[in-house]
Amino acid sequence: MTTTVTDIHDTDTPFALSHLDSLESEAVHIFREVAGEFERPVILFSGGKDSIVMLHLALKAFAPAAVPFSLLHVDTGHNFPEVIEYRDRTVEKYGLRLRVASVQDYIDRGVLRERPDGTRNPLQTVPLTEAIQQHRFDAVFGGGRRDEEKARAKERVFSLRDEFSQWDPRRQRPELWQLYNGRHAPGEHVRVFPLSNWTELDVWQYIEREGIELPQIYFAHEREVFSRNGMWLTAGEWGGPKDSEPVEKRLIRYRTVGDMSCTGAVDSEATTLQAVIAEIAASRLTERGATRADDKLSEAAMEDRKREGYF
Amino acid sequence: MSTTSEQLADPSATTLLRFATAGSVDDGKSTLVGRLLHDSKSVLADQLEAVEAASLSRGQDAPDLALLTDGLRAEREQGITIDVAYRYFATPRRRFILADTPGHVQYTRNMVTGASTAELAVVLVDARNGVVEQTRRHAAVAALLRVPHVVLAVNKMDLVDYAEPVFAAIAEEFTTYASELGVPEITAIPISALAGDNVVEPSANMDWYGGPTVLEHLETVPVSHDLTACHARFPVQYVIRPQTAEHPDYRGYAGQIAAGAFRVGETVTVLPSGRTSTITAIDALGASVDIAWAPQSVTIRLADDIDISRGDLIAPAGDAPATTRDVVATVCHVADQPLAVGRRVLLKHTTRTVKAIVKDIPSRLTLDDLSQHPAPGQLVANDIGRVVVRTAEPLALDTYADSRRTGSFLLIDPADGTTLAAGMAGDAFASVTKAPAAEQDDEGWDF
Repeated sequence: MTTTVTDIHDTDTPFALSHLDSLESEAVHIFREVAGEFERPVILFSGGKDSIVMLHLALKAFAPAAVPFSLLHVDTGHNFPEVIEYRDRTVEKYGLRLRVASVQDYIDRGVLRERPDGTRNPLQTVPLTEAIQQHRFDAVFGGGRRDEEKARAKERVFSLRDEFSQWDPRRQRPELWQLYNGRHAPGEHVRVFPLSNWTELDVWQYIEREGIELPQIYFAHEREVFSRNGMWLTAGEWGGPKDSEPVEKRLIRYRTVGDMSCTGAVDSEATTLQAVIAEIAASRLTERGATRADDKLSEAAMEDRKREGYF
Repeated sequence: MSTTSEQLADPSATTLLRFATAGSVDDGKSTLVGRLLHDSKSVLADQLEAVEAASLSRGQDAPDLALLTDGLRAEREQGITIDVAYRYFATPRRRFILADTPGHVQYTRNMVTGASTAELAVVLVDARNGVVEQTRRHAAVAALLRVPHVVLAVNKMDLVDYAEPVFAAIAEEFTTYASELGVPEITAIPISALAGDNVVEPSANMDWYGGPTVLEHLETVPVSHDLTACHARFPVQYVIRPQTAEHPDYRGYAGQIAAGAFRVGETVTVLPSGRTSTITAIDALGASVDIAWAPQSVTIRLADDIDISRGDLIAPAGDAPATTRDVVATVCHVADQPLAVGRRVLLKHTTRTVKAIVKDIPSRLTLDDLSQHPAPGQLVANDIGRVVVRTAEPLALDTYADSRRTGSFLLIDPADGTTLAAGMAGDAFASVTKAPAAEQDDEGWDF
């Protein structure tokens, strides 16, 4: 019953693209669609690896011209200094324009209140939403990937948000072919996810292929950490550790980069990209499962934050 | 730390296959998907633990693998899948993007969405039931969306004693039906998703079957073909003009090649203006190349400084599509509000969006038996119908059979931006009167 099964290895056929080339081409197409259809796009840039890859793709998409977007960073105030340094150096290097929405400012002004657990990730939603409104951004690029989390697996590439930045998963537009529908009313905006179809391993393989520089905390280094909820958190001024949480020096690296209060490190000896890639390929835990305390709050933690306007 | 060498295959040698699965929970689709993910080590420990915990709290004994893909609270609460879920897994040879489409709610809309970008569709049937109404519907959607490869997975072979005649009869009935609809390649595979027969590992229970397992087939089905035989198409997305001291006169047309291949030195026509020029350079994201092909994102430079902007189409001078303002197409209606004759819409085709009006809806199609219902007046959610649309400006439109990318379009509500319908220009199905072999060669699948 089997009709034709051609047993050719793909690399033998002249017009095959590697999976990284396919993903790169798709992401570049998405950036150019936004450049062609929106007035005021912005890239969310945290200095984390996904946003670094996004910026790299945007640079390639418009070369030799400049990237026609500015950058926005929602700074929790608990960011790793190495990452902030990387962020500022990158902005300088490419002559980009960076706006920073500061969670600390909101806390200082009494608009937001520190949570009892000290976690600031959920507090980013209000500064993000207000920055989008204030600067009238109509397209907001995020580095979210569908493989990260199950609520993200049902996210569109172009995801419409109302004037409160809210996401309604039941009212998403079906996305067919490569035809992205970015129509929106004034005050609404579209979140755009060029890395939707990338996996963590794709991101790392692409970083290696393109020779992209990363903040050093992605590679194994010695650091003073303490254990909370089964994760290694960095000891620091942000509020950890408590008296009952002993600090120790360990060889660790970060698999994701976010707020220090809820981003866990993993034990690692991987000091090179090749070693990191080998480690990820062998890992039996997902990126968020291993390193994000905020996703462990409930089965629908990410969905709830997304509905409210989170990244 | 041990490394899985299989995942660390040379990334430049692995290709990408986008495929869709169709079938209901009853056919064992979740089990098949779960096994593909699990056996390719794509379900990780914390995900499996979460699924086990959630299954237990629902009083289920075994982990319900559907919970892996049911990501939204409403889905978990109601025990149904609402939306297309995208899953990712890899083997040493390929990276896979699986569009897992639910079987019940918004069925047609979801399967059409999943199939629109798929190069392969897996249709599941229960060996005990054979080809049923739903199977014919799945075959029709795959044929309508011109998915180049279809796999018929005859599941639950363990429940029919792994009997070859059962498989052969189902495979023949399906192959005949799908071939008549114009599906160019059909591969039937007898499996038991639950027992693991012929999903990843060859079955010890079906010596009579000499073909590939599902995964072997997914790994080896060609994702590329001779693109030089296709109509080359390049919709312009964006004009790159740095206007810097270093690049004072650079003017490049950025886009993703929708079909075929383009070469430096080639004479091209720009539509809708009809002006011609010659390609002087192709910039492939940092590298200057002599030839580029679909689906590469490139920047094309031309010898003449002619007026080109977003929405224009660059095509070989001898092989440019005719432009038209009258679009005859098959649409799948995807919105809750109906689409009626006289409705004013926006039509989005490649990188061009134009005003349009629905002039006629000559018929509605029932996918179960392919019966035509003339003059339905309107289409509602999940209807498939023929439409005639008049556009305000000319479009360089191919037939969908020739080019999936430049023969497809969306109809959009101009008031609130809702995506109303997904359109495919030209005939709905490949004609049964054409010789299938010749037709296969002529198909201009663009990937």
